[in-house]
Amino acid sequence: MSLKGKVNKIIKFSNVDGPGNRMAIFFQKCNFNCEYCHNPETINLCKNCGLCIEGCPTKALNLKEKKIEWNEELCCECDKCTKICPHNSSPKIYSYTIDDLLEKIEKVKPFIKGITVSGGESTLQADFIAELFIQVKKKWPKLTCFVDTNGGVNLKDEKYKKLVENTDFFMLDIKAWDKVEHLNITGKDVDTVIENLYFLRDINKLFEVRSVIVSERINNRLTVEHVSRIISEKETRYKIIKYRNYGVRENMKSNLFSPTDQELKELEEIAKENGVKNTLII
Amino acid sequence: MILETIKSQKITFEQKVVALARLAEGSIEVLNKSEALKKYIEDGIICDLFEGNAPYRPRYIVPDYDIFMEQGSKFLNIDKPTNIWEAVHGLLILYKHVPSITTMPVYLGNIDYLLEPFIKDEDEAYLAIKLFLKHIDSTITDSFCHANIGPKETKAGLLILKAMRELELPTPNLTIKYTEETTGRISVEAIKTALVTAKPSFANDKIFRDDFKGEYGIVSCYNGLKVGGGANTLVRVRLGALSKLAQSKEDFLIRVLPEVSKEMLDYIDERSRFIIEESGFYESSFLIKEGLLEKEKFTGLFGFVGLAECVNNLLGATEKKERFGYSDDANALALEIVSTMHKIIANHKTQYAGEFFENTHLLHSQVGIDTDRNESPGCRIPVGEEPEIFEHIMKSAPFHQYCPSGIGDIFVFDETYKSNPEAILDIIKGAFETNLRFFSLYSDTCDVVRVTGYLVKKSEIEKLDKGEQVLRDTTILGKGARDNAKALGRKLRSE
Repeated sequence: MSLKGKVNKIIKFSNVDGPGNRMAIFFQKCNFNCEYCHNPETINLCKNCGLCIEGCPTKALNLKEKKIEWNEELCCECDKCTKICPHNSSPKIYSYTIDDLLEKIEKVKPFIKGITVSGGESTLQADFIAELFIQVKKKWPKLTCFVDTNGGVNLKDEKYKKLVENTDFFMLDIKAWDKVEHLNITGKDVDTVIENLYFLRDINKLFEVRSVIVSERINNRLTVEHVSRIISEKETRYKIIKYRNYGVRENMKSNLFSPTDQELKELEEIAKENGVKNTLII
Repeated sequence: MILETIKSQKITFEQKVVALARLAEGSIEVLNKSEALKKYIEDGIICDLFEGNAPYRPRYIVPDYDIFMEQGSKFLNIDKPTNIWEAVHGLLILYKHVPSITTMPVYLGNIDYLLEPFIKDEDEAYLAIKLFLKHIDSTITDSFCHANIGPKETKAGLLILKAMRELELPTPNLTIKYTEETTGRISVEAIKTALVTAKPSFANDKIFRDDFKGEYGIVSCYNGLKVGGGANTLVRVRLGALSKLAQSKEDFLIRVLPEVSKEMLDYIDERSRFIIEESGFYESSFLIKEGLLEKEKFTGLFGFVGLAECVNNLLGATEKKERFGYSDDANALALEIVSTMHKIIANHKTQYAGEFFENTHLLHSQVGIDTDRNESPGCRIPVGEEPEIFEHIMKSAPFHQYCPSGIGDIFVFDETYKSNPEAILDIIKGAFETNLRFFSLYSDTCDVVRVTGYLVKKSEIEKLDKGEQVLRDTTILGKGARDNAKALGRKLRSE
């Protein structure tokens, strides 16, 4: 049986997922559960519980042989199903073969600099993505292949070798430097993430590090201080992202605070003082 | 009407002089018009875009400014320039003497190449360029005035882009000629400038250069014309209104379209004849005598608007998926209409189009006028119905081959693109690879915006809304296009 990838959605043209215009492929399933997750419906695979069916206004969802079936034609994209879902999942998942995705890339190929896989957490489907990248490079050597990752799996492991070899650049999230803070905000330890930061830097495959800045909850200065020192010798960009509560789960919002523009500027200043040549606040 | 114009407090002195001249020209009838043509004009199907009853100068003039820089002008008593100040000074004088339908020049030359030999000290050059641009904006008070840069990166080109970003003025309009040899650096600078001040547009240099067998200029809105020549006249047909005269799509293609095309071509010939044979322009203008223009490089333009409305009418398409821009059938019919017009024009040999064009007129996808209702510009997908950008480009590109003298689309990008202008360059490269001829962009935060082809300041339209005077004619047109054709309501392209 050929490999299949579970994909939540594809954005044909994206200007925020790496250099130039890129096709961004968002894979389903994540090993973190970040409090400020903007698309919590990408965290888990569907359990086929059927709770979403009732809420669908256009009857685009049905239960067939104990599995949820989604009819894209009928779907009005109201997203009621993902709001109802108690499991942080979505019934609207595509199961794609490599060829399916190659066909989609082919259509937009003249307009893009490359593709970026994101999520969810794309590295959880590393074998599929490695094979996809191999095929993309074989067909269109000029397109670049980027991975956007939370750094939660150890990319030094042998099982990720093929993925790392065939990825042009990674974009890595460092959500907090402090162990406890990282655990609190993501549900996972930061150690592997930091190991990945050094590893990707040393093999010259780190395009960008991103830190989401949440006021009060995280010692953002500590995070930016450490990260910027580590990446400053290389061309790596540091993207400082303002936390916005758009799309965040209702029950999480009360703990999360947006930083002021002044705070963001101060953090950018720290990164610059530590020698980062390319910084960006968004 | 004359007294009303004289007494008006809403228009400037200059605008009054032009309006009075138009009234004088309109008071005589010197052109031969058939009864059928008169009927089409009366019904609003054929329209000469306010060119007047007695044309005494070509509509669009594209002087060869290289010749001027080489020899100066005997008539204007200007010597060949030797430094940046003499260069901009000479050009500014010459511009005042280049006529057009608006009375003001529609083409200023490849201003980067013209100034590049004089860029010695960059600070001094930057000051000269800024004053040059400011002077143009304040004295050529109409943004159909168009300058070109590129395709090669020059110091002058980079300074012009920087100055335009700083000045945020609507005039002159600007296009960068883009090929594979245009550097990434100047392309990205151009996009950054466009995201602030809605210019430059990008012209697909390869396509234009092939069509015009070498040097061409982008003038007025986006019109491609031969350098050293121009267009005597532009007459247009409103395809949306025309489609209502047809019983079926077959009837439209076989009877209605050829009939109206014949009247259009005869009218283009007649207007051109008057300019060439009776007005004395080609005998008396110093631009001809000094070699900046050649009669044989002039043609006439056959313009059209409302392809979308025409196709939707003929197919009775009401559902989105049946309409132009979405349905394969609708797009195939549209392509057949445009290629039919193209063929009719190519087969019409006339002594009133120059030898350079093998004695034919050119097809032009016209952007519309401020009073148009229910007619979208040329081949454009109507504002409010735009598909996603990838589909939009793919669906529009096939039409661009048929319109050498101009066609193009406008895309509005959100602010996030300011952090990643390379993303827009990737889209433009892809668009040109799919043979799109012309690409315009601006961002939703611009004060200077592109209306249909020309530029206006939103803040100036607001003045007009309050009944105040404005400096530029085009602001008045922009207000009309906003009110009548939703021209400022284009789909915002975000990530």
